[in-house]
Parts: sequence; structure tokens; C-alpha cells
Amino acid sequence: METTAVKKYTFKDFASDQEVRWCPGCDDYVILRSMQKALPEMGVKKEEVVFISGIGCSSRFPYYMNTYGMHSIHGRAPGIASGVKLANPNLSVWVMTGDGDAMAIGGNHFIHVLRRNIDLNIVLFNNEIYGLTKGQFSPTSLVGQKTKSSPYGNTQPPFSPGELALGAQARFFARIGGNNPKEMSNIFVEAHKFKGTSLIEVLQNCVIFNDGCFTNITDKAVKEDKQIFLEDGKPMIFGKDRNKGLVLNGLKLEVVTIGENGITEDDILVHNAKEKDPTLHQMLVRLEYPIATGIIRSYNDVTLEEREDALTAQVKANSNFKKTDDLFFSGETYEVK
Amino acid sequence: MVTAKTKHQPEILEAVVIRFVGDSGDGMQLTGTQFSDTSAMFGNDIATFPNYPSEIRAPQGSLYGVSGFQVHIGSVEISTPGDNVDLLVAMNPAGLKTNLHAVKPGHTIIIDTDAFTKKNLEKAQYQTNPLEDGSLENYRVIEVAMSSLTKEALKDVEGLDNKSITRSKNMFALGMVYWMYDRSTQHTIDFFNKKFKSKPNIIEANTKVLNAGFYFAETLELIPNAYTITPAKMASGTYRIIMGNTATAWGFLAAAEKSGLELFLGSYPITPATDILHELVKHKHFGVKAFQAEDEIAGIASAIGASFAGDLAITTTSGPGLALKGEALGLAMMVELPLVVVNVQRGGPSTGLPTKTEQSDLLQALYGRNGESPVIVIAASTPANCFNYAYQAAKLALEHMTPVILLTDGYIANGSAPWKVKSVSEMPEIKNNIVKDVTENWHPYDRNEESLARNWAIPGTPGLEHRIGGLEKDKVTGNVSYVPENHEYMTNIRAEKVKRVQNYIPNLETEFAETGDLLVIGWGGTYGSLHSAVKQLNEEEGYKNIGFAHFNYINPLPKNTEEILTKFKKIVVCELNNGQFSKVLKMNFNGFEFLQYNKVQGLPFGNTELIEKFKQLVK
Repeated sequence: METTAVKKYTFKDFASDQEVRWCPGCDDYVILRSMQKALPEMGVKKEEVVFISGIGCSSRFPYYMNTYGMHSIHGRAPGIASGVKLANPNLSVWVMTGDGDAMAIGGNHFIHVLRRNIDLNIVLFNNEIYGLTKGQFSPTSLVGQKTKSSPYGNTQPPFSPGELALGAQARFFARIGGNNPKEMSNIFVEAHKFKGTSLIEVLQNCVIFNDGCFTNITDKAVKEDKQIFLEDGKPMIFGKDRNKGLVLNGLKLEVVTIGENGITEDDILVHNAKEKDPTLHQMLVRLEYPIATGIIRSYNDVTLEEREDALTAQVKANSNFKKTDDLFFSGETYEVK
Repeated sequence: MVTAKTKHQPEILEAVVIRFVGDSGDGMQLTGTQFSDTSAMFGNDIATFPNYPSEIRAPQGSLYGVSGFQVHIGSVEISTPGDNVDLLVAMNPAGLKTNLHAVKPGHTIIIDTDAFTKKNLEKAQYQTNPLEDGSLENYRVIEVAMSSLTKEALKDVEGLDNKSITRSKNMFALGMVYWMYDRSTQHTIDFFNKKFKSKPNIIEANTKVLNAGFYFAETLELIPNAYTITPAKMASGTYRIIMGNTATAWGFLAAAEKSGLELFLGSYPITPATDILHELVKHKHFGVKAFQAEDEIAGIASAIGASFAGDLAITTTSGPGLALKGEALGLAMMVELPLVVVNVQRGGPSTGLPTKTEQSDLLQALYGRNGESPVIVIAASTPANCFNYAYQAAKLALEHMTPVILLTDGYIANGSAPWKVKSVSEMPEIKNNIVKDVTENWHPYDRNEESLARNWAIPGTPGLEHRIGGLEKDKVTGNVSYVPENHEYMTNIRAEKVKRVQNYIPNLETEFAETGDLLVIGWGGTYGSLHSAVKQLNEEEGYKNIGFAHFNYINPLPKNTEEILTKFKKIVVCELNNGQFSKVLKMNFNGFEFLQYNKVQGLPFGNTELIEKFKQLVK
């Protein structure tokens, strides 16, 4: 590929001419705008960006982006995106999906795409409900949650997307509130830079069918006390007064207060997102108080394309077959006169 | 290498059918392949038919664990592996029991007597030993203690365990058959040398046993004479023996090279289609990207993604897999991307008969999707022409911007035959609809006026950024549209695009008679059986006016189909299903009576049954 300078874009360059049709007040607007703002920061050409989606509210996303895109079928976006990336590794490929699309109908593809580590980016809009089919419980809905398909309360325990992803060997996992456009944009940029499959879970409010599902975590008034925003290399400190921190107590993470019981900042765990061993990342993902946000895991590993490219180069170097004729006329042929 | 020292000239035969049967671990497939390859190189026309159980290693000696390989060789044109067997080689009682019915009375059976133990007879559910109870009186039985003779031949070879010794007894049988049919052992010895390069004792053992079998046959009084089948008259050129699945894979390799696109395969293993995946993964040297996905759906999904990104994309499967791919195939049709789906049909429904053949996915291929979703459907008809139809499927997909389903079946996919090797330079041009330049008012669904193919703007092309999807789109802009009239217009134009493919495919041809009393119709993998039956009848007095028309293009049908139908008094449609193609013909052509001949046994048509049926119809 020729390398020409990438034009300096603004977010407007990435907005398509289509009218956005999400419900007023939906966090999806925040995700859209954060993405449109992140793309000019990535240094990628507009024609080399591809958004692939499945089915659901989240999956209307590609229509609103002035890039290449495909709104495909329910749950299969990871498969389609894998094909796009393997066909042309120069592309920046994004999967836009929801909790139902990724973890119910598309659960199999979701775990396998993470396992393979193709250089894709997956944005998971988690609103713990089915929106487009008008309000049934999803694989992340809580037990007891009353929905159209669980009028007496949901009896199916939920997945934690991060836990599932790390179990499927995700190398990059980030979580961010749906009302935090600034950090969301930054995470999108980091995900783009990361070589391998990156998964970003957005805690996305559905104003119609599950309004306020994350309010107690993401609301401005409580956000700093209820969330710990993790940054690689920095101590795990949170709270309005920046005096709460995480320490390891046996096999559990524990919240401590700096300045109490002889605890100093030096006692607080330092976040290492790049660590290969996912044990601590798993604990952070499972933590109920505070909720871990930011880039929880970012472990650099060989990508599938790198393995494939190396093998292909090796096979090509050792092969006498340059053209198909070399193969067709090779080996056990015989002449009829 | 050893050569025969028969006193008399071998008797010349026109054609012969040989079947090797034994346990699924006895190496019958290898034995059969060696014999057929040797015969092909000698210049015979050949057709082969492997028949094996779906269990990898079924319990030893059991009736359902019998593995067989049939080969038909001739100095004349051979178009089927043959029905009835001239020589049966039975390595155990179960093999004899399950295959005896196929042996022509008076013909030869070679038996490994060492395998006819009490235990094996019981496993084969024989009450009495067929070698002793007179039940084989009508055959010429050659009893050979093959296992003991093999052991004896190998007593001086060092470093062999019992298993390796027992395993090589198939080579004893092969050696005998080589002598009987006046064949050289050289090709097989070359094969040993190549295959077991790093194991000289295995080369030595196999060569010894092969030669021992050969000499044994020569000195055995039970075999009165040897036979030979002289070379067949075939068009001159370079040939090789090719299996249908390999030919399919190679057709795509050729199409990729000719079109200048990279080949992408997204696939999930399924019998009997997996060999296409096995073949294509080898060819990284041509830049082939073969992706084994987590399931059938991800297989086709990745292919759709690769097609969107500008590759020649294919996915391979068999019946149950096609069912799983249905929704994604509808997407490919809706977004109008080029894609080839290969369905190597097997016995259905559900899991059905995975290793057996059938043609019962035709209606699934035509209609197995939600909504109005026509795709091109074509079918290969011989092991060798799988190459041509795979190539043609890729060409049609790329030139018409639509998915194409290529139907083959277990019979032609696993069968092998001589293939006159095609150079890519001999193959027809493949155009594509890739658009590179930005023009004013460009839209992703702008169409070629003649073919109605939409243009193909590939990610990475500046200025052509666009979105496609499974929702209905506006006929001009390609944006999502729910306008009722627009949906009807788009539905019709997608159908019309596929229908117009008629203008780009060859006319239907008739063989043997252009007009007459009976038209025999077939499609896909039954070509060989139907062709040879009609040919045989045409050589008899009183059956000269039976014509034969075989379809490779199912959707759309060739333009001249109706014209051909009008030229015959009776029409019989022969299929390995309960009448799916005859339904298609009935829907398309009024005023004809389509008689049917159907078989759903997981087996190909037999010659005798077809001839009987056709004779009865023209009486």
C-alpha cells in the first residue's frame, strides 16, 4: 500500500447524511459522537475504516458513519468482520454490537473471535435489555428483573461480559460509562492502537426499557465514589476525595481508606494492564464495589494475522508452485497420445 | 518391479469392474486407489467409487464396518464405477457377506481364508462357513491364506511389529490383482518410496508383500489366465486422476488466478465436503486464505466479509451446513455480493447418511431462505468437471454480483476419474464489477444495464465509502427504505438479475437422439449412470430414439429447455431424491407430463435398473 499522508479530519467528516433514529436521550448518541471524535485522532484514512454490525439498536451504528460499513444479521458480525480483516489487514475494522447480539445469539462467535485475537475492535453496547424487540430480558439482565418476557422477574442469571471475555482469552478489555464521552473517545483510540482483538463494554442506558440501569454507578453525583477509573501504571485510587484504594487481601480485592489504619498510598495496588496473567484483571472485572472502568486489560500478544502471514511467507519461500499450472501439471500426470 | 511371465498372451477384455472390501482399517481405499492410478497411467479410462462407513474405525469384523473401493477400468469410455462386479477381493467374512450380491455369477472372488475364523464368521452373522457350505458354488473362488503368506514373506525384514505386518496384507491382494490384469507394480513401488521415505523397512516390507502376491498369482493353478484391458481412445494431452473434491478446489484456484483476486475460503468441517477445505489449506503458496471457523454460520459470515473486502470468497459445506448458512446466504443475496457456496450433497434429512450420496438438497438450494431470495444454482456432473463448474460458479458470482450455489454430491466428490489437465490460459476470461473511480452521483447499487449486476466498491477505495445491509434499500441511493413500491421494485430486480444469467450460460444439449420417443432427463452427479444406460440402449436394436438431456444449470434453466422438451413423446426425470427437479420442471413448463424415476437409498443409480425402466417406458 502506498503511504500518503492522512488528511486532518474533524468529527464531521465521519458523519453520514442519514438521520439518526435512536430514541431521544439514548446513550447510543454519546457512543456515536465519541467515535466520530475519536476517529480523527487515530490517524487512519476514512476509506480504510469499516464498521460491521449485527442486529439490534446498537447495530444501526454503521448507517450513521461516513465510512465503509455493513449492517448484517443477528450475532454474526464477528464472523463477517473477521473475513474483512483477513481479506485486507490494512483496514481498521470495528464490530458494533449489543448484549443480546454478542452474548445470546452470537455467543459462539463472540468467544471465538476473542480467542483468535484478530486485530479487530468490538464495541459492546450493554444495556441489560433487548431494546429493538421492545423490552425482553437479555443475557446480562439481572435476576429478578421485570421485563416483557419476565413479568414476574427474570430467573436466568446473567453473564458478566468482562468475565466471559477474559475467560475466552481476551487480550484487551475496557469498560466505560455511557455518559462519559471524553474517556470513551480515548479508549476507542487506544483500542485502535492495540494490535489484537479489543473489547470495549459501554454501560449504556436504555431510556425506554431499562432506564436508570446504571444510574447508581454512572450518575455524576456518585460516579467518583462508585467507579474506579483504572490507568496503566497508576495506583488504584478512587473516590471524590481520592482517598479510597484497592489492596489485595488474601484472594480478594479490598477497599481501604488512605490515612486510616496506617494505610498509605504505597500500600495501594498499581494497575498493570499489560500483565499476561489475567488473575487480577478477572478480579477487577468481577468487582461490585467500586465498578472498575477504563482499560482493565491490554496484554500484547501475537495476532492471528501475524501467525498466518508468517506461515504464508514460509510456505511461499519453500514452494515451487508459483502459478496454478505448476500445481496442475505436477506430480502424477501422464500423457495420452 | 516384477513382470508377468505367462505362457499365453493375456485375454483381452473391454472393461472390468473390481471391488476391494475389508475392514475399515484394512487399507482398502489405498489398495483401490493404487490399482486405479496404475490403470489410468496405463491408458485406461477409469471411474472409481469409494464406499466406507461413517465410523472411523468401526469394530473389527462387523458388517457395518466394511469399507470398499470399486474401480471400473476400460479400453472404452467409462462413465460410471459400474454396477456388477467381475472381481471381488474380500479380506474378511463381513466384506464377503455385504458384497456378494454385487458379483456376477460365474465371476471371481479372492478371499483371505485366514480371516475366516470362527469369531469373524460370527461377527459377520454367518451360521455356517460360506467357504464350506456350498453357498459360493456359482462363483470362481480363489482361497488364499493371505495373512500367513504375508507373514512368511516378511520373516526376514527387521524392525516390524505385528501390526505393520498384518497391515500390509492388502498389498498381497493388490499384487495378485496386478498379475491377473497384466499390470506393472512399478507405480505402487514408486508410491512406497515416496510415501515412506524415512522408513526404509516399511518400503521393503510393502514391496516384498506386493511382489509376493504377484508371484503367488502367477504360480497359482487356480488362476487359469491373466487378462488385459488395452488403453482407451482418449483425446491426446496431459492427464491426471482427480477426485471430485480436489477438482472443485482447483477450479477455485484457477478462477482466483484468472480473475486476479485472492481466494478466501470460510469453512467448517463436514462430511463429505471437508476434502475441499483440506485441499485449499495446502495452497498458501498461491496466497489462499483458508479459514476454519467455529461453525457453519461463521464460515459463510467470514466469506461474506472477505467478499465485501474484495476477495473471491467461497464457503463449502454439505446439506445440514447449508441449512445453517441459510440466513447469511440471504444476506449475501440482499447486499448483492459475489459468493460461492459449495454443497456436497449427502443422504438427508437431518444427519441422514453422511457418507452416502443423494440429490435431495435441490429444493433447499433453490428456496431454503426467508423472503424472495433467488440465487444462481448450478451442478457439477462428473468428478473431473467439478473443476469447470467451480470455475464457472466463481465466474458467475463475480460477473453478476450474486451468491452462487454449486451442487456436487458424495458420489462425484469422492469418486475419481481421468482429467485432461487444463491450463489457466485455456479458461474463459473472468470480468468483475469493481469500481475504482469516483464519479458524480455514484451509488452502491448502480447497475450494469445488461446484466443488472451492481458495482463493487471495495473498502480502501477513497471516495466510495458506503453502507450496505440486510434491510431493504432505496433503488437509487442504496439507503434504507421502507417504501412499499420500492421494496417490490427491488425484489423484482434481484430476481430479474438472476434470470438474465440465462443470456450468459450455454444451451441445453441432447445426446443420442434429438427427437424421439423418450427423453431421459437428469441433473448433477447422475450424469455417468444415465449417460451409460442410454448409450447402451442406443446400441441395441429398437431403442435408437431415446434422447438424453442433462442439466448443469438449474437456476436459471437454459433458454432452450422448453424447445427440447417438445421434441420427445415421453419425458422421464431421473433423480436420487423423491422428485425435486421434476417439481421444478413442472413449475416452469406447462403442458408436459414429467414421469419420474427416483431412488433414495444413498446409492447411485444402477445400470440394470435404468435400462429396465427405460425399456418399459418405450414399450
